[in-house]
Amino acid sequence: MSAVIVNEVLRGFYLDSVALLRMSQSLVALDGVDEAAMMMGSPSNRQIMADAGILDATGEAAEAGDLVIGIRADNQDAADLALKEARAILEQSSAAKGDGEVWRPRSVRSAVKAMPDANFALISVPGDFAISEARKALRRGLHVMIFSDNVPVADEAALKQEALDHGRLVMGPDCGTAIINGKPLAFANAVARGSVGVIGASGTGIQEVTSLIGENGGGISHAIGVGGRDLSDAVGGFTTMMAFDLLDRDPATEHIVLISKPPSAAVAAKVVDRIGASSKPCTVCFVGGSEMSLPANATAVTTLKAAAENALGGSAIGAGFDPAAMAVPASGGPMIRGLFSGGTLCAEAQVVLQAAGEAVGSNAPVPGSGGLDSKGAHQLIDLGADEYTQGRPHPMIEPSVRDDALTAALGDDSIGVILLDLVLGFGAHDDPAGYLIRSLGGSAGKPVIASVTGTEQDPQRRSAQIAKLEDAGITVAPSNADAAALSLACLRSTT
Amino acid sequence: MKKEIDDGLLRDPLCVVNVGLEGFAADLEAQGLTVTQVDWTPPAGGDARLADILSKLGT
Repeated sequence: MSAVIVNEVLRGFYLDSVALLRMSQSLVALDGVDEAAMMMGSPSNRQIMADAGILDATGEAAEAGDLVIGIRADNQDAADLALKEARAILEQSSAAKGDGEVWRPRSVRSAVKAMPDANFALISVPGDFAISEARKALRRGLHVMIFSDNVPVADEAALKQEALDHGRLVMGPDCGTAIINGKPLAFANAVARGSVGVIGASGTGIQEVTSLIGENGGGISHAIGVGGRDLSDAVGGFTTMMAFDLLDRDPATEHIVLISKPPSAAVAAKVVDRIGASSKPCTVCFVGGSEMSLPANATAVTTLKAAAENALGGSAIGAGFDPAAMAVPASGGPMIRGLFSGGTLCAEAQVVLQAAGEAVGSNAPVPGSGGLDSKGAHQLIDLGADEYTQGRPHPMIEPSVRDDALTAALGDDSIGVILLDLVLGFGAHDDPAGYLIRSLGGSAGKPVIASVTGTEQDPQRRSAQIAKLEDAGITVAPSNADAAALSLACLRSTT
Repeated sequence: MKKEIDDGLLRDPLCVVNVGLEGFAADLEAQGLTVTQVDWTPPAGGDARLADILSKLGT
């Protein structure tokens, strides 16, 4: 019997992507349904639905502002029932939205009118509309953080030029993490306040550095996310430069840490000039970058852990941690398989293994690493990359994204050690350790080494997550870099 | 023309307009921030290009 595909398009109907993902999962759970999704009809979402085999001509005709229901089922009855269920869920959600709630403004303009003290906009609408909403906020005098991705880079550059003209900051697009005035925004951790200011083009990079500083006696004045492309040639570092201006003038900030992938030579030169003009000591961590000459007030480091240590005045993080002493003999083959939810944590682990003389392959390779098909190389996988998250939540929110890769690693005789990261904080899953332990389903049969990015003040509480992992036989290192070093020590203790 | 950046951002309490994921607004409110959630629907009848033009016109 051939599968049946049904689509329905609701014109101008919006629900946020997290709500839609949740609803989609309830459709997939219905009898006879192979695959289903409810998504806004942007070209990229329609492509995801087409790739999943749930889009027909009706859905193909949808616009970015329409909601598309796509269902593939074993038979027409199952498809019709699922569509009926989808309509019912949406109706419930609309009724709940309008039911007995306080008045809500329908636009940025009316929000600012109702709240004249507004000074900040957090924007997470679909990428096709993010720039226009950000522009409305900028023109009303607000600073802006754009969480949305899928924004054309030329539009990002133009918006940031406009922000410069208005004297306002635009963090993002694709900015998942910031801490302003001690307040974590979007995916960030509850970190003690202090004297270190962070500028980062990487969300999990900011999370690891700020958490390590906070958990080791220091604190954060502000952490400014700039968006993953800010230091590209196409954007030219607009937000990074403005962030330096802000932190230079901020009396609470005594030390500035900059975290990014290696920028292009032209942008790097601009950044180095700007650092030289700063009156404050700076730590520069271009993860995976080659050596570069920096002004006298700056120190280059190669890992997030080293960035945190340098910002703490050189105090060692994880004192007493000795990978050789803690190593659990690897069981199985000679390879490490890293399964990361944080892209920069994956990059940092590659840097650590490379520095130890190991060959590394990754779907998100840093310079010096090969692809996942590299022979004889440890495989470190960024599970937050587009190929794993299209149409699905990020593994920080939904750890099941790691399940298939974990099962494959457990059953692979060439793998001796599994290396993982758990990322806590606002927005993240409420119990990633518990989920991981359930996924492992008892003894893994080979060492599992983890790091936990987060703080005691986070909703998941770092020590509680670590205790769960350790009780289940998972070894937890003080930082992500240490976890990579420990994985290698496990292999070497075997040979 | 470059205007000096407004450093009130790092000094004044954040007062946030949240446009999109409602979970973000809930997290910020839990931390004691003032937040207004926009009841957002795609503007310009869902036509992103038209929405872009309208935002440039200040609409």
